Amino acid sequence: MRIPKDARHLFRLAGLFAVGTLSFLVIRSFIVPRSFGQYGHYRGASIAEIAAHPVHFAGHQTCETCHADVAQTKSSGKHAQVNCEACHGPQAKHADDPSIDPGKPDTAVLCVRCHAASAARPKGFPQVDADAHSNGLPCQTCHQPHNPAIAAGGSK
Amino acid sequence: MPGVEGFMYPNEVSLYWSVLIVLYPFITGLVAGAFILASLERVFRVEAVKPTYRLALLTALAFLIVAPLPLQLHLGHPERSFEMYLTPHRSSAMAMFGFVYLWYLMAVLVVEIWLDYRADIVRLSQSTTGWKRLLYRIMTLGSDNISQGALRIDERVGWLVTLIGIPSAFLLHGYVGFIFGSIKANPWWSSPLMPVVFIFSAMVSGIAAVMLLYMAATRLRRQPIDMRCVDTIAMYMFYIFIVDFSLEMLDLIHRIYEADESFRSLDFMVHTRLRFSQIVLQLIVGTLTPILLLALTQVTKLSAIVRKRIYVISASLALIGIFAMRWNVVIGGQLFSKSFLGYTTYKMALATREGLLVSIALTILPLLILAVLVKLLPPWTEQTHASIPAAAAAQAH
Ligand code: HEC
Ligand code: HEC
Ligand code: HEC
Ligand code: HEC
Repeated sequence: MRIPKDARHLFRLAGLFAVGTLSFLVIRSFIVPRSFGQYGHYRGASIAEIAAHPVHFAGHQTCETCHADVAQTKSSGKHAQVNCEACHGPQAKHADDPSIDPGKPDTAVLCVRCHAASAARPKGFPQVDADAHSNGLPCQTCHQPHNPAIAAGGSK
Repeated sequence: MPGVEGFMYPNEVSLYWSVLIVLYPFITGLVAGAFILASLERVFRVEAVKPTYRLALLTALAFLIVAPLPLQLHLGHPERSFEMYLTPHRSSAMAMFGFVYLWYLMAVLVVEIWLDYRADIVRLSQSTTGWKRLLYRIMTLGSDNISQGALRIDERVGWLVTLIGIPSAFLLHGYVGFIFGSIKANPWWSSPLMPVVFIFSAMVSGIAAVMLLYMAATRLRRQPIDMRCVDTIAMYMFYIFIVDFSLEMLDLIHRIYEADESFRSLDFMVHTRLRFSQIVLQLIVGTLTPILLLALTQVTKLSAIVRKRIYVISASLALIGIFAMRWNVVIGGQLFSKSFLGYTTYKMALATREGLLVSIALTILPLLILAVLVKLLPPWTEQTHASIPAAAAAQAH
């Protein structure tokens, strides 16, 4: 086909665009990771990478194999459904090697995280105005953390 | 917590979308508006606005180049935004928009400007020297055919590009409104009118900006302002402004009448935290005042000097009002809690990555780019084609 002489510059422009698009596609084929789209709209290899991350949480079943007493106390109180590591934080290292001291949670910070009075919490959920309620005493002076109802064990 | 009143969910206390996200729709709005003004001349053959045709195109280009920068700065990892082009997700409006942006920049604006300036570029490439000559030579793409036949083809293709450009400009800016309008969790944003309101306000702001730039530039060049041109532009601005205002009022009346569960909370917000930016700046200063001023020029016979002053004032106010509108949409939508029980505050930082200084810089940057573009590709029509190279050559010395 012969391009009309007066339209040749337009074909140059079109050619420039074609070269641009082509080089984009070439660069793209190099940059986009091989495993992209293997399972979905993400890098397939990322699954293996994520699986290789160290585990931080051991899960309450693991804790209970060694701390059966605590599990026992807990199971009869209102905290039965609250996971060990929700309060103690991730303890996989301790569960693997008990000589690593997990430390004790600071109840002044911990308990109010769930129990400070707030309009956002469901009405029926037990909540207190911590300062007025505890008078500055640590919560565990009166509540046993694993079974917090006063009648159930009270102050240790 | 400071600035928080009532109850906020923890993730609502601080705003994620800062002033940069306000700037972004403002800038793209100027692009779309400027382009639509240019297409008035090209497609609808409104001869009177011809003196601003090229200036409007260059303005659109200058602002379009800067448009993504606020978003890039907002991202903690700007380099990742490129991934959007490499592996776009078809269900993501933002990813698809990357292509709308690219399309608009490369296929519409650059091509249209190139076609329109080709004759000048070829002449400049012959009359200039040094690096300028090289630059113009590259821009000619090695073809110096500016015969009558070639220019006629350019003219026709350019017309077609503009024709495609109009829906593209609508798409470009409609998308911004679309993103906000489709966030169903946010009653302040979620409205199908949002894209339409954004487009019309974009037209107003773009037209106002080009008019101001034209008047300022003509002044600087000590040339007489073409009154027929600015009168026509002001008339269009007036009518589009009225449509824009009616749409916004329609949205408002609809919200008031519908009065859904969010209404009391939003109403309270408009009367407290947004009182200044929404009622004073956007509505009274930025919309009603310019509309009334422009109406005055339409119904009474005023002298040219008075008209010019009115145009400058009302265009500046319109820009303020439309910036306030973007502000109220973006910031306003994040000030109230989804529980409708509380409100937070936005405190703009000064010298941070998303602060005031950066936004000021981003507002000035397109003007600097425009200044460079105007130097390279003089848009002025008074100069005949023959005198352009002479003037450019004179500057080169
Ligand atoms: C392999 C057995 C084992 C597992 C599994 C285990 N622990 Fe322990 N844990 C111990 C031993 C042993 C001690 C030290 C006992 C002592 O000092 O009385 C201990 C002590 C503790 C202490 C007390 C530390 C202190 O300062 O007094 C806490 C709290 C604790 N474990 C929490 C957990 C939690 C939470 C888990 C589950 C993630 C867990 N443990 C899993 C064996 C285990
Ligand atoms: C509601 C939060 C909470 C939960 C849930 C919880 N703990 Fe505790 N736990 C505490 C607190 C607080 C202390 C520290 C008490 C203190 O300082 O006297 C503690 C102390 C301990 C101790 C030290 C010995 C003791 O009884 O004081 C062990 C062991 C322990 N927890 C294990 C567990 C295990 C295992 C579970 C899960 C079955 C669990 N905890 C669940 C809050 C919790
Ligand atoms: C991870 C959140 C969480 C933390 C941390 C937590 N609790 Fe609880 N607490 C609960 C839940 C859930 C209940 C059960 C509420 C229900 O059944 O309505 C509860 C119930 C209670 C009750 C009511 C018991 C009853 O029988 O009525 C008390 C008292 C209590 N917690 C005290 C504490 C104390 C003291 C601490 C700190 C050691 C604490 N809680 C830490 C979640 C938490
Ligand atoms: C001085 C002893 C004391 C201390 C310290 C104390 N409490 Fe209590 N708390 C009580 C008693 C007694 C009750 C039972 C009151 C009742 O049933 O009305 C109670 C009840 C509660 C309840 C249940 C309220 C309800 O509505 O069911 C919660 C939750 C609670 N405490 C949390 C805490 C937290 C959190 C702390 C630490 C900041 C704390 N308490 C410290 C004595 C104490």
